[in-house]
Amino acid sequence: MTESGPNSVVIFYSTSGAIKTERLAKKQGLIVKLIPVPRHLSSDCGICLSFNSGDIHRIERILRENKIEFDAIYDLKNS
Amino acid sequence: MIYFDNAATSCPKPKEVIKAIIDFTENIGASPGRSGHRLSIEAGRILYQCRESLAELFNTSDPLRIIFTLNGTEAINLVLRGLLHAGNHVLTSGMEHNAVMRPLRELEKCGVQVQVIPCSADGTLSPEDIEKAIKENTALIVLNHASNVTGTLLPIRSVGEIARKRNILFLVDAAQTAGSCPLNMEKDHIDLLAFTGHKALFGPTGTGGLVIGERVDIHRINPLKTGGTGSHSESENHPDFLPDLYESGTPNIIGIAGLNSGVRYILKKGIMQIHQQEMSLTEKLISGLTEIPGVTLYGKAGIENRVAVVSFTVQNQSPSDIGLILDEEYDLMCRVGLHCSPAAHKTIGTFPIGTVRFSLSIFNTDKDIQKAIIAVRKITKGKS
Repeated sequence: MTESGPNSVVIFYSTSGAIKTERLAKKQGLIVKLIPVPRHLSSDCGICLSFNSGDIHRIERILRENKIEFDAIYDLKNS
Repeated sequence: MIYFDNAATSCPKPKEVIKAIIDFTENIGASPGRSGHRLSIEAGRILYQCRESLAELFNTSDPLRIIFTLNGTEAINLVLRGLLHAGNHVLTSGMEHNAVMRPLRELEKCGVQVQVIPCSADGTLSPEDIEKAIKENTALIVLNHASNVTGTLLPIRSVGEIARKRNILFLVDAAQTAGSCPLNMEKDHIDLLAFTGHKALFGPTGTGGLVIGERVDIHRINPLKTGGTGSHSESENHPDFLPDLYESGTPNIIGIAGLNSGVRYILKKGIMQIHQQEMSLTEKLISGLTEIPGVTLYGKAGIENRVAVVSFTVQNQSPSDIGLILDEEYDLMCRVGLHCSPAAHKTIGTFPIGTVRFSLSIFNTDKDIQKAIIAVRKITKGKS
């Protein structure tokens, strides 16, 4: 991932949670993308939401305010 | 051809629904929530959009508290069988469909106490009668929103208020009203709303669902099925979060793509507009049938508190004979008999013969109504 592209991911318990967050983030104009979960982060076969690390507070707020359950947030540069 | 069997399933569907089904099949076709590729993600988005559309229609805040099922019956079974245990008391009405009555009678054999509150002959229910019947062990009140026999609406908002006040869960069977009558999870105090997708919501058959209100503790309702969900694949234990808890196996995503389009059609047209249009047709139908000597109508005489379902009988002629003549000689499709609702027919006094039922949709016209009235008039006179 480049410096300007999505470089963090939220890993969810379910695809529905990932798609819900994508929808809410896009409504706020955030640049996000659903991608398969990187193998080194989880053994699950699902998808995760990638976003720009700079938007982390806004993403966390979306998750909190909409009570979306998630597993973890990773910065891909450090993982 | 005149199609008056919309209470069984709506026909025709809006052309947008057919287009959505074809579009999905031709251009997406993948399984939602199962893989990470873009077609699977796109299928997942359509599944989610349908939840969003339904959440808007029923005024509930979290789309993930909408569960897809095969039909309304499965949604009702999920709640009744998942929630009720031996020793629980459950209240229902004398106007219920077998989708409610049969699971309740099965549960009764396992020690659940089922109490049926009688309704008056036009199918109305007094909320006070429900309140008076509440016991310490009452776990649930289950009511249909509108009868599939008479079209009479039950007072769900008043009963919902009572249920909330007494801290009892309230399940509404909206098979006959979702898509044709306003329904509001919050204002109507509904905890669990079972809907079917293929009637007034204009989806294809094989679609339906359950809306789970914020007040419901999901751990109280066991799932009917467990299995693959696309989530927690590393575990052999079933997930405990929504919607996965109640959605195992590949969903009917082609059907749900069509259902989403049906719900969007309703949201665009406006539920009040749809209801008024149907009531205008119903009023003309009731008034035309009332004038025919020998015809007896059931349910409420006016269009207040009802949906576009009209039941009648003709003196000295069996409903099944009338149904056959209407089909073969007048090209009119309707449903005759007991409509899977023996309890309702006992309440209105038409058991076991049943009635002739005309059920309308916004795709019916004034001309359909006129032709149907002429047909019934001729049949009644014996001049078929």
